[in-house]
Amino acid sequence: MQYKVLIIDDEPLARSMLLEYLQAYPQLQVVEECNNGFEGVKAIQQHNPDLIFLDIQMPKITGFEMLELLEEPPAVIFTTAFDEFAVQAFEKNAVDYLLKPFSQQRFDKAIARWMEQDKATTVAATEQVLKDAAKNPSQAERIVVKNGTKITIIPVQDIHYLEAADDYVKIVTAAGSFLKKQTMGYFEDTLNKSSFVRTHRSYIVRLQEITRIDPYEKENHIAVLRSGAKIPVSRAGYPKLKAMLGL
Amino acid sequence: MAVSPFRSKQFMIPFCISWFVWIVVQQLALYWMGLNWFEALTDSLVSNTLLIYVSMLLFTILRFYLPRTNTMLNLVTWIILLTTGWFFASNTVLDLIYGDNLHYQALIHNTWPIRFAIGFLINGCVSLVGYAYFNWQERSETEQKKNEAEQLSKEAELYKLRQQLQPHFLFNALNSINALIGSRPAEAREMVQQLSDFLRTTLRKEEQQWVKLEDEIRSLQLYLTIEKVRFGHRLHTQLEFNADALNMQLPALLLQPLVENAIKFGLYDTIEESRIYLLAKAEEGQLVITVENPFDPSTAAAQKGTGFGLSSVQRRLYLMFGRKDLLQTTAKENIFSTTVIIPQPIVSDVSKSV
Repeated sequence: MQYKVLIIDDEPLARSMLLEYLQAYPQLQVVEECNNGFEGVKAIQQHNPDLIFLDIQMPKITGFEMLELLEEPPAVIFTTAFDEFAVQAFEKNAVDYLLKPFSQQRFDKAIARWMEQDKATTVAATEQVLKDAAKNPSQAERIVVKNGTKITIIPVQDIHYLEAADDYVKIVTAAGSFLKKQTMGYFEDTLNKSSFVRTHRSYIVRLQEITRIDPYEKENHIAVLRSGAKIPVSRAGYPKLKAMLGL
Repeated sequence: MAVSPFRSKQFMIPFCISWFVWIVVQQLALYWMGLNWFEALTDSLVSNTLLIYVSMLLFTILRFYLPRTNTMLNLVTWIILLTTGWFFASNTVLDLIYGDNLHYQALIHNTWPIRFAIGFLINGCVSLVGYAYFNWQERSETEQKKNEAEQLSKEAELYKLRQQLQPHFLFNALNSINALIGSRPAEAREMVQQLSDFLRTTLRKEEQQWVKLEDEIRSLQLYLTIEKVRFGHRLHTQLEFNADALNMQLPALLLQPLVENAIKFGLYDTIEESRIYLLAKAEEGQLVITVENPFDPSTAAAQKGTGFGLSSVQRRLYLMFGRKDLLQTTAKENIFSTTVIIPQPIVSDVSKSV
């Protein structure tokens, strides 16, 4: 059986290293080499590969951020030179990672492991790695979204609020709103807890945007943002919000 | 500044209780010596209230001027002076109240040396307590400061080590060499050589040293060659410097972080090719170095957290020269430029270190 493999790394020599090691596997066919996450997303959509080798530190968006943009991430073997945090994220999970420079033997082990593993385990483990990585300071300051083929990097301090929208979360900023396939719980977990608060089952608000809180119907409230947007505050959300604003 | 013990409950409660007890004891003693209850109470209250003021004054003096062993005599003088003052003040007040009470006057006349001695002893005890208290406080403060300073220098040391090793750069360079070994062994060998030379120069340097720009440029060129092998055609560099500048001095390990920073943002903030430009010139006897790199204004804000990691360079310049205007950054369109101005050391300092 033939498998489709994709290599995503911004250093040409790092890619050629992988190509060399892959020569031992005629059943693995490298369909494309990509220089960065943007090319990676496009190539994954085009080829639907069975396995990708993914560098973490790359121009514009990291390997983690690239995976977040995919509807259905393929099996991943991460390759990284040094990233203390990422290594911790991997160690608790079943996703394999190769620390550069790595040997043919270590590479063979990663391939063998991938071949044994069923896809469901790999995908679940990848999701956990991404969640851990999102809390990393270098990534916690921004959210990467994709709209059609356009990829946008949203600085966290530009966000007004987030709103649940079925399987997506709508991220509202001054520049407009963006959809990201994600859960509210994920954002509640990963966004900085001292600047964002979940006021409602379907809303997370950036505290700095709130100008006032008005009562609304009985026992409910509404937070009015600088932009004029009115955000529902639930009975459970109100005390949390009050505490964070120091009221 | 030492904290006044009068702010703490632990001190105030025993302090008040002992004074209360002492007021009662004195009243009882005077009653036993023949005064009536009211006279005894008035005498005890007046003299002891004044004594409390005097002892608090002593405490305050100790709080601000804690005597050393060689100035202990000053403290004793203060105690004698204040006790004498207290003695006359308390006598004057009591005279105003009981001036015509002969029976009272007679008693006071007979007991004045004892009263003075007791006052002196109490003030002495209070001073001793105060001395011990403030001395202990000063010592624990010094201890704390010392610990903090040690902690800070340890952190700085660790940070420096990590910076010197630059793990990300090092492992990626090794990975490139690993890749070259199979396909282009001659280039691999060359890169091992460059990497070793570069590491040797960084390890040899110490932060306190002044070095010639010429030497810094040489090690910088090694570094850039390695980075170019890693990033291939994406990285272009251009170095410009005039002969005057080459002979000028700069603190060691200052240029390297500037260029690393430019490369980091130049290469990771854009997916296109990246040109790093360095210009060094002599200007009014100072060395002025400008480094330029491309950046993306729309996302640069998002990366501010991890920083255009220049704060440590700025901090070093501030510590060395006490000036905050030696590092300047400007962002024009998609070019970010960093300029550092390095005042030249006085010639005699150069040969040694600063």
